[in-house]
Amino acid sequence: MLIDFNSEKPIYLQLAEAIEDNILKGIFQEETQIISTTEISVKYKINPATAGKGVNVLVDEGILYKKRGVGMFVSTGARERILKKRRKNFLQDFILPLMDEAFKLGISKEEIIGMIEGRKEI
Amino acid sequence: MKTIEVKELTKYYKTNKALDCLNFTIEPGKIYGLLGRNGAGKTTLLNLMTGRIFPTEGEIRIDGENVHENDKVLGSIFYMTEKNLYPVEERVKNIFKWSRQFYPKFDMEYARDLADKFGLDTNKKVKNLSTGYTSIFKAVTALASNADIMLFDEPVLGLDANHRDMLYKELLANYAQNPRTIIISTHLIEEVARVLEDVIIIKEGKLIVKSPVEELLACSYTATGEVSKIDKYIEGRKYTGIEQTGNLKSVIVLEDNKKRNTGLAKELGIDFSKTELQKLFISLTN
Repeated sequence: MLIDFNSEKPIYLQLAEAIEDNILKGIFQEETQIISTTEISVKYKINPATAGKGVNVLVDEGILYKKRGVGMFVSTGARERILKKRRKNFLQDFILPLMDEAFKLGISKEEIIGMIEGRKEI
Repeated sequence: MKTIEVKELTKYYKTNKALDCLNFTIEPGKIYGLLGRNGAGKTTLLNLMTGRIFPTEGEIRIDGENVHENDKVLGSIFYMTEKNLYPVEERVKNIFKWSRQFYPKFDMEYARDLADKFGLDTNKKVKNLSTGYTSIFKAVTALASNADIMLFDEPVLGLDANHRDMLYKELLANYAQNPRTIIISTHLIEEVARVLEDVIIIKEGKLIVKSPVEELLACSYTATGEVSKIDKYIEGRKYTGIEQTGNLKSVIVLEDNKKRNTGLAKELGIDFSKTELQKLFISLTN
């Protein structure tokens, strides 16, 4: 699990996203147990309250669930839920920043489309 | 669980005011960072919390009881001092044994286990330990004390990067298993920032910040851009920590992260970024 502590986002959100990434990649399978908040806290040297907050974001979204006295599990349908959420944010998170950068560099929309289709370089 | 109340605490050394009317409460079960520049009063505060010195005015109460000459209260606090106060002729393993006399919950097995992990030779006399291993020995004794409150004054002094990493991890593992009040006073802010839940910053004996780290950082952001554009952006905004390199200027804007004006920033070609605790600390205590 990779967490980029230099990112703009609060650490608990970075942790939540890192767990989501692992679910998307199939490293954390649905209905299997994931590492505990204590293990996360020690491994990444983050305060247990921060680790707990990150995990709770995913519990609230129904991506993870707690089994009392056992630990944290990936919910059935978690992958689908993450995909839906990330797709919804794709424009905001990826396309708009890409267009901002392109604007700064004077790259046109057509040129971007050309690059995506692999037809031409600028 | 123990609540520490600091009430109107003032400490003079002769005519020199070390602490100036401090008022705050330390809630139990959290990891606090006690930050301040050299001579800000951090060690004075820790010494007062453990009844090693007397306040000039005010008091410190733990669960409602004054810490002064109060063995019951003091037995629940372990204070890892920056200076070595252990008898230098004594062997580490014997100090572990003594510690059990003062701290009934002292866990000998855990102490030996930690010593092993850090490669600390418990047969050595304290005087023969290097600076780094003196810190390790004191930190191991602190962790194994199982005290309800643990105070660490510069716990990583002289430790190499591997040992610092290990120490923070052991501290978190200990805390996660048995949440207690931990106060870490340190100058190495960057690497401890994520370990802390709350932060207390003192400057020239006065309390200037007491806040959860996350909230503190969410109340500011860094704006970077061309000098005149930054000047325009910060008009009417509170800011600190100005840095300028040539025509490029960056400031720490002191307002809620959510209130930042992305539209205006875009128009002015300004970039926003997260403020690091260390940078914020430097600008607040300058």
